[in-house]
Amino acid sequence: MKRTLSKLACGAAACAIMAGAANAVSAADSSVEVLHWWTSGGEASALNVLKEDLESNGVAWKDMPVAGGGGEQAMTVLRARVTAGNAPTAVQMLGFDIQDWAAEGALADLNSVAAKEGWDEVVPAALQRFAKHEGKWISAPVNVHSTNWVWANKKIFDELGIAQPSSWDDLVAALDKIKAAGYTAVAHGGQPWQDATIFDAVVMSVGGPDFYKKAFVDLDPAALGSDQMKEAFDRMATLRSYVDDNFSGRDWNLASAMVIEGKAGVQFMGDWAKGEFLKANQKPEEDFLCFRFPGTQGTVTFNSDQFAMFSVDEEGQAAQVKLASSIMAPSFQSAFNVVKGSVPARTDVSDADFDACGKKGMKELAEANASGKLFGSMAHGHAAPASVKNGIYDVVTAHFNGEFDSATAVEELVSAVEVAQ
Amino acid sequence: MSAASKDTALRTGVIARALIYSILLVFAVFYLLPLFVMLVNSLKTLDEIRQGNMLAFPEVFTFEPWIQAWGEAQIGVEPTGLKPYFINSLVMVVPAVIISTLLGAINGYVLTKWQFRGHRVVFGLMLFSCFIPFQIVLIPMARILGILDLAGTTSGLVLVHVVYGLGFTTLFFRNYYDAFPTELIRAATIDGAGFFRIFRRILLPSSGPIIVVTVIWQFTNVWNDFLFGASFADFDSQPMTVALNNLVSSSTGVKEYNVHFAGAILAALPTLIVYVVSGRYFVRGLMAGAVKG
Amino acid sequence: MLIATLFSSDPLSFVSGKAKPLCQWRLKLLFENAVTMIERLQTYLPRLVLSPSFVLILLFVYGFIAFTGYLSVSDSRMLPSLGFVGLENYEKLFSLRHWSIALKNLAIFGILYIVICTVIGLGLAILLDMKIRGEGVLRPIYLYPMALSFIVTGTAWKWFLDPGIGLENVMHLWGWESFSFNWIKSREMAIYTVVLAAVWQSSGFVMAMFLAGLRGIDNEILKAAQIDGASNWQLYRRIVIPMLRPAFLSAFVVLAHLAIKAYDLVIALTNGGPGRATELPATFMYSYSFTRNQMGIGASSAVIMLMMIASIIIPYLYSELREKKT
Repeated sequence: MKRTLSKLACGAAACAIMAGAANAVSAADSSVEVLHWWTSGGEASALNVLKEDLESNGVAWKDMPVAGGGGEQAMTVLRARVTAGNAPTAVQMLGFDIQDWAAEGALADLNSVAAKEGWDEVVPAALQRFAKHEGKWISAPVNVHSTNWVWANKKIFDELGIAQPSSWDDLVAALDKIKAAGYTAVAHGGQPWQDATIFDAVVMSVGGPDFYKKAFVDLDPAALGSDQMKEAFDRMATLRSYVDDNFSGRDWNLASAMVIEGKAGVQFMGDWAKGEFLKANQKPEEDFLCFRFPGTQGTVTFNSDQFAMFSVDEEGQAAQVKLASSIMAPSFQSAFNVVKGSVPARTDVSDADFDACGKKGMKELAEANASGKLFGSMAHGHAAPASVKNGIYDVVTAHFNGEFDSATAVEELVSAVEVAQ
Repeated sequence: MSAASKDTALRTGVIARALIYSILLVFAVFYLLPLFVMLVNSLKTLDEIRQGNMLAFPEVFTFEPWIQAWGEAQIGVEPTGLKPYFINSLVMVVPAVIISTLLGAINGYVLTKWQFRGHRVVFGLMLFSCFIPFQIVLIPMARILGILDLAGTTSGLVLVHVVYGLGFTTLFFRNYYDAFPTELIRAATIDGAGFFRIFRRILLPSSGPIIVVTVIWQFTNVWNDFLFGASFADFDSQPMTVALNNLVSSSTGVKEYNVHFAGAILAALPTLIVYVVSGRYFVRGLMAGAVKG
Repeated sequence: MLIATLFSSDPLSFVSGKAKPLCQWRLKLLFENAVTMIERLQTYLPRLVLSPSFVLILLFVYGFIAFTGYLSVSDSRMLPSLGFVGLENYEKLFSLRHWSIALKNLAIFGILYIVICTVIGLGLAILLDMKIRGEGVLRPIYLYPMALSFIVTGTAWKWFLDPGIGLENVMHLWGWESFSFNWIKSREMAIYTVVLAAVWQSSGFVMAMFLAGLRGIDNEILKAAQIDGASNWQLYRRIVIPMLRPAFLSAFVVLAHLAIKAYDLVIALTNGGPGRATELPATFMYSYSFTRNQMGIGASSAVIMLMMIASIIIPYLYSELREKKT
């Protein structure tokens, strides 16, 4: 038996060596491999601008698109790639994921290019919270999406004589009117992240910035278990009564389509929804309205797509720096964000090319940044780490789907956050 | 194996037969429905899909979605359509199927005709490997591929698919060869034929049905795999399923359902053809090997 | 191959040649050596041929299972980490409401899926076996779903089940206004739509297995029973179905492992929703391991899944391998 085993081991080793030798191919010299989930339609062609930019600089772009679940699939792939010792040059990433990877020591140091181009001065501090780790720039932010927007059908608002609501009570009154007129009041897709996107705004409207920070950033059990939180869940239940029967599992863009087609009054969604309206040839302020979730004016909850830069060998570093610098170039920031619906990740970009909603978004972002009311969105992984975020998702979604009442939801929330930490 | 004559001994009346045919037809409709939905809607314009009846035939036939899906749709930063990924898949599937089938055949041969002490345990261990949830192997597999310098290559994917296909291919061939008369092998050995000669000259030529089953099984599994393809492929080796997923699940933007359905059918075409063309042999092969106790 | 001769049990074969002219002796030695080598090879070759496969399986299956087992008692979060934390992950796992939902769903899904697939598969096989005209057309129609992945058919099913655009809408358009089919939107019923789609996918395959089993039954037995006056019903209940036992077993094993591994089906159809109502252990494990950065909990759920699979498969393997002495 021993003999057989030793033979087996021998065979396997030879096998492995041969396989290794046959495939020892070194990576190409000046190229960047980019893992991202902007895999189709407008955002993919917007990214193509970046690709052409780099190619004119002599850097080849190796495209590694992996779609699915807002980047979840891409993150799985990334784990496999890093474990295999085959990390891409740059990876599209959100919020805490960047910090987690930095803590693993997997990310590159961009400080020299950042210092040369003065990133520290132009990128909002709230974004730097994610783009820097222990004083080192590790990723290049592409955009800022703000998530506390309301998208409304102007025709329905005009027809029913509804003014732009500015408080929770106004909003409820407006929704009542829309519902009474036979429309679906709230166009919504029942997916956990969409439920949580609304929850973000609702929590902000109930308790204001301080409460939001205590609950979602500091994860303070007292705030999570407070009466205000119960009030937030009650408001979620109220909003639940304004969605149609068919909301569950609906993609967000189909919900936007309901507003566009005049079947529904409003949608609560981040600014990427704007792209849908524009594509349907609608004009801001003429066909649709964009305003902040009532009760959250002046504050902005955001998420930011960034390209985290992984440690690469010396040859790759030059190309990587070129990539980072191209991403941060004001011309790209403007061109990309006009298409994407978001606003640039630096505050010194001209708003000339943006539409009315875009200009509004840029202005409000700058103001919120200045007044310290710019917060990471919990729903989009910019307030708390992924495990906590998903724990909160579970509770919010279960409550929104009627699995338990607000009082139970508050208890569940406290324990979900505790388990996840 | 083929002892049963084709005519059944059952007596059935006219009404019973009508009933049988209608039940069979109802199920045929049930099985065909999703394919029908995809096909019909892939031939419609997007406008017609939006307002229309999912089951209705298109008012205006258009092949535009098919052309789009194959060669023009935006997948990643480049509008390449599914075409290049189709080729990636083929390059991966063909060697994976051939290698795992051959290994399965030879393993089955050893485990039935050259049994050694502990052969049952070996077979049991190999068979159990069919049943592990593949998600658990992602991380350690990635590490091993990295060590072997196979990360992100087609060869790496072939290796993965061979390893996790071995259990089933071995099972199929073992059960098939089990029924193969051992006397023939003995006679051949006495005539001086060696291990490989017997395999090549005696067993392989009569393995047609089970090879069909194994190839169909492996081909569909490898072709349809998403998890391994997404996790272990590189920018230049991503298979069709990953590209299809990229096509259909964009995070923003208009969903072009007609293009999605056309792409979906394109992605499924090779497996569909394999099933339809060799379906007859499939049941025959199952009969010969796979379902024997 | 040299190694094989080294282990030759008859070392004297090297020198079995007697005193002869040198070169002849050498030739002879070479020849005899070769003969022994071949003989030895014949004994070890089968094992040698099998060994690469076996090593691959040992490493890539059992090695990885062991690795997962270790992860389940480690403090791994985003990437594997080796800090030992005892059974903490298991404690957390079983305190999660989420996990008990997943287990309950697996019970519902698994039982219904296996039973319905078996019933439909057996029924169709029996009917198809009655000298049906057009069998050649029907059979591939029943079989083809197995050839498609749910990445492909998921959207079609989602549409079909969606009340807004699917079956319900079509029925309304056709004038049946009161028709209602909104299972996929309902927390209680959504898991049954998963069963429906899964049955669609695999019942044809089960049919093929039973059909193969039926075709393997000797018709003479049936005829003899008929002469004895057995009715069709008795024929099937007393003779045919008992003879299909191996097919039942194979079908059960294939279906059971598909049920436990069911993943892309759920992702494509409901993505675990509404709420978390259609979460299954496989989706649970994936999300904890890869999207929630709680790899330890994910690994512990994987270990539980493996134990469930083993409890089904090992008795089967045992009976299968013991019964048949060849």
